[in-house]
Amino acid sequence: MTVRTASETAGEGTAERRPPNRALPAMLGPAYLWLAVTIFLPLSAMLYFSLLTETPFGERVAAFTVQHYLDFFQKDFYQTLMLRSFRLGAEVTLYCLLLGFPCAYVLAKTIKGRWREALFLLIILPFWSNALVRVFSWTMVLRGNGVLETAVNWVFPDFGSLGLMFTYPAIIIGLVHSYLPYMILTTYISLQAIDDSLIEAARSLGAGRLTTLRRVVIPLALPGMAAGSILIFVPVVGSFMEPRILGGRQGTFIGTVIEDQFTAVFNWPLGAALSFIMLGFVLLIFALSAPVLRRAGS
Amino acid sequence: MAAIAVREVSKHFGSFTALDRVSIDFPDGGFYALLGPSGSGKTTLLRIIAGFEFPDSGHVTVDREPVESVPVEKRDVGMMFQNYALFPNMTVFDNVAFGLTVRHLASDEIRRRVGEVLELVRLTGLEGRKPHQLSGGQKQRVALARAIVIEPRVMLLDEPLSALDKALRVEMQVELRRIQREVGITTIFVTHDQEEALTLSDRIGMLRDGALVQEGAPGEIYERPSSVFAATFLGDANIFQGTAEAGGLRLADGTLLAVSDNAGAAQSQLAVRPEKMWLQRSDDTPAEGTNVIEAQVSQHIFAGSSVTYLLDWQDQTLKVFAQNRGEGVLPLGERVRICWSPAHSVPVEP
Repeated sequence: MTVRTASETAGEGTAERRPPNRALPAMLGPAYLWLAVTIFLPLSAMLYFSLLTETPFGERVAAFTVQHYLDFFQKDFYQTLMLRSFRLGAEVTLYCLLLGFPCAYVLAKTIKGRWREALFLLIILPFWSNALVRVFSWTMVLRGNGVLETAVNWVFPDFGSLGLMFTYPAIIIGLVHSYLPYMILTTYISLQAIDDSLIEAARSLGAGRLTTLRRVVIPLALPGMAAGSILIFVPVVGSFMEPRILGGRQGTFIGTVIEDQFTAVFNWPLGAALSFIMLGFVLLIFALSAPVLRRAGS
Repeated sequence: MAAIAVREVSKHFGSFTALDRVSIDFPDGGFYALLGPSGSGKTTLLRIIAGFEFPDSGHVTVDREPVESVPVEKRDVGMMFQNYALFPNMTVFDNVAFGLTVRHLASDEIRRRVGEVLELVRLTGLEGRKPHQLSGGQKQRVALARAIVIEPRVMLLDEPLSALDKALRVEMQVELRRIQREVGITTIFVTHDQEEALTLSDRIGMLRDGALVQEGAPGEIYERPSSVFAATFLGDANIFQGTAEAGGLRLADGTLLAVSDNAGAAQSQLAVRPEKMWLQRSDDTPAEGTNVIEAQVSQHIFAGSSVTYLLDWQDQTLKVFAQNRGEGVLPLGERVRICWSPAHSVPVEP
């Protein structure tokens, strides 16, 4: 604590002597203006819509109501869907962690030089293709008589049908594939910041590779893993494209229901209300996990 | 505690030879300095002894047991790193306790031993601090405590004091020596700082280009360097070239520089330490049996307690340290005699 107060007073001292920085507003201004226009205005509009009885287009007259918000808490259907979406988000995040961490570790600590660049390219490569195209190519792989089933049957001739297409696992596979690079990249950055001598120090003190991983590497990589988890969890909870294309009838989630309200049912107020409820839950989860995240960051 | 021996160890990185058939004995309980310029292989040797690197050929033994293929975590070494390598996510207590917790000791045993070692390095009361709240000297002590608390068989220090400022470095040298004596652990440390090697260790091994150049006690290695490299890397030296002759070295102008009878094999180079020489005005009579050459003062550097003279002699610049005994500083351009005893002429290999 004494260290911190000392540096704070030192910082204040120098700030007083420095003339006010006029360039600061000029440099920050455009970005904040852009963010205000592109995020704050649409969000405000959506908040307004969510409190209306009807979508206020054409001749229709809308009145204010909170019924859509009440709907969510009165109908089990929405709550079940919300839970299902959060479970999907948690599972996809977990699989991304399990697959992404070893990959990031090898990239950061084992492979050096040009091989690392080449492997990085392979990780980023999927980003260069359209998301929709990627999901549709998964249908080629996963469907009955598709690439995967043919391959399995070629190795085990009497294996029969995998039955993956239009199932929950199919959605997981598609989503993990889409979001894994985020986890690898954020974890890689954290892992790379860990000085190799820390790992050597742990080993010289008698820690085997697993103990070193558990007690030194993972705690220090936690900020990156947390950042990756947030980057993955939030969009997966609201995802609608992958569940719809790969899940078929299994693919009903809160994201697909919200999309339906906007594109099919044309009940914008309900869609907006559900979006804000989802946002509220996401923020609640982050608020509850904030102490853990802060400890990981320090 | 243990005696370490390195036998004919070689290590190559690609086409680069880091170590070339190096053999050294590290005596039990000794404080051994591996001294050399960067790229001399000293750190590679330390890492091979630690078990981070494995030799291409040769053996490493701890108490006559071969360990060259034992990985570091099973080798029971205490290692101190140049940047301390404290775990930033752990408190001082947890850092020091790390090696004990991975050995699954009872928690009250851990608390007792950590308490003892923190007292030894004089850090009692800072158990709860995180590394970023410590000063450089304190980090150093934590790193030392963490390495010795596991009671390793050998302690390895990789340039342990290079990141500290001068005053703190001197203080830590004293501390390090005191703690090493108290614990009595075999210690090997790597340094490129000749002064550190001289003050801390009781034995020095000088490395150059992956080979052991000379080995001995600090006094011995300083007073009797075997090569031009050893003479100039460890301390200052004036080097004279000539032809070896019975009783000394014949310079090109015909002067004979005498060496003492027990100086060892004749060489075509002589090294003389600057503090072993003294200056005389050219009208004074030189003492019997001393080596005398005439030179001209080209520069004097006054440092209070002593004066460093640079003198032009033939096409060479010689260096002489003179104690300030109140005779005043010799003026620039003055022709003087440089004298030294034949006992301080050291024949050295090129």
